[in-house]
Amino acid sequence: MKTLDLRTAPLREINRILQNEHEGFYEIRNSSGQHALAVGLTAPLSVTIDGHAGYYAAGMNQNARIIINGNVGQGVAENMMSGSVHVKGCASSSAGATAQGGLLVIDGDAGARCGISLKGANIVVRGSVGHMSAFMAQSGNLVICGDAGDALGDSLYETRIFVKGKVRSLGADCEEKEMTPQDLEILSSLLNDAGIHDISASGFHVYGSARTLYHFHVDNASAY
Amino acid sequence: MCGIVGLFLKNRALQPELGRLTSLMLETMTERGPDSAGFAVYDGAAAGHRKMTVRGISSSNAGDLESGFLQITGNNGNVHQRCDHLVLTYAEEHETPLRAYMNEFGRGVHIASCGDSIELYKGVGLPEHVATRFELKTMRGTHAIGHTRMATESAVTIAGAHPFSTGPDQCLVHNGSLSNHNSLRRMLVREGLAFDTENDSEVAAGYLSWRLSRGDKLDQALESSIDVLDGFYTFVVGTRDGFAVLRDPVACKPAVIAETDDYVAFASEYRALAELPAIQNAKVLEPEPQKVYHWEHAA
Repeated sequence: MKTLDLRTAPLREINRILQNEHEGFYEIRNSSGQHALAVGLTAPLSVTIDGHAGYYAAGMNQNARIIINGNVGQGVAENMMSGSVHVKGCASSSAGATAQGGLLVIDGDAGARCGISLKGANIVVRGSVGHMSAFMAQSGNLVICGDAGDALGDSLYETRIFVKGKVRSLGADCEEKEMTPQDLEILSSLLNDAGIHDISASGFHVYGSARTLYHFHVDNASAY
Repeated sequence: MCGIVGLFLKNRALQPELGRLTSLMLETMTERGPDSAGFAVYDGAAAGHRKMTVRGISSSNAGDLESGFLQITGNNGNVHQRCDHLVLTYAEEHETPLRAYMNEFGRGVHIASCGDSIELYKGVGLPEHVATRFELKTMRGTHAIGHTRMATESAVTIAGAHPFSTGPDQCLVHNGSLSNHNSLRRMLVREGLAFDTENDSEVAAGYLSWRLSRGDKLDQALESSIDVLDGFYTFVVGTRDGFAVLRDPVACKPAVIAETDDYVAFASEYRALAELPAIQNAKVLEPEPQKVYHWEHAA
């Protein structure tokens, strides 16, 4: 385990070290809510941030396993391609925005717009999510073990949204679907991957696109 | 973009530290607002006495202003100068003539705040420089609210800097922008309020002052503003004994609250809270949209 201390080394130097390593275990100390921590990693490193992080923590991750022992600001794991990011506290808005692959786990709550424009990654939130979550989400899965705020899944494409608690309201073109055996299998496997064994897959509801918006109408294909 | 900070002390033992902790928080928010800064510090005056902060003091007007003040108060007031601001302390009965005197004085002098407890300072420049000019680190008190400004839609001037105080012991800082401030300002002017600037945030402060003057409690006033104010905002509001936070329904402007047994702290970003005492044991949360968070000291 190598220790990188933000009290003694500047942020860019720490990110540069992590971006150039190929393997190993790293711990970042004294994060103090700083932004853009452990971003742009490409190798299968294990990185632990020992405290709260600011905006875009673990952004653009590829292959690395990043654990954050605290809360994170906006845009944690935004545009993640692969690997995993595990937030032990709560996340602010736009967690996992545009993420294309990998797994984002949030033990606490996530703020507004969780999984906005999701493009294939999986997000598991043990707590609740804020309003406009999964807005325009295109593929991948969002699992919410708590409640969801207003306008869940507005303008959704192919992303599945699993919710165990209450949904305050659904966004435009989002509807509840019947839980198929395949959905249940995906959900169980995501809970397992997230290390959540005390919450069972039964009792979740699944939501998806009602496919009534412009792009789903074959008549509009003539515009091309 | 702007930065907001606020610190509301529950433990009296921290009161001598209020200014130092507030300046740490304010300086960390420099990247969110490097062009001007301001802060209100609440530190109770003696019973029966009032405090007025006036700004725009220079060597050319300080002498005249002070002699006028002493004449009105019958040599029975106290004057304390901090850079280009004066804090005047005086018996309650002099409030009305003093206010009229200051409003008519001209020569760049403005009332910044007035009340039992509030002192309000603001200036152009880096937050660190503004805090140093007014010796924020040495100030004590029960609670403080600060703002670092990055002006986007009006000029970089002292008048445009926050906090805005539009009522006794009241102040507001704002991160965001309001879209219906002109019509609301006209309504409030009809109700008898006066505004110093064309600034949208001053209208939000004025609206809350108007509601408070009609008998609302601070949380009720904020509750009612949700339906009236149109735009983006995170507000932190101070009164003599109270401290409140409100975010708009979309919650697009950042906010973090940390609470311990000793204090409630607010900042636009967690970074600004990182140096507070025992922050690692604080309950840290992101305030929900449209929900009024409100704390009050026992009167």
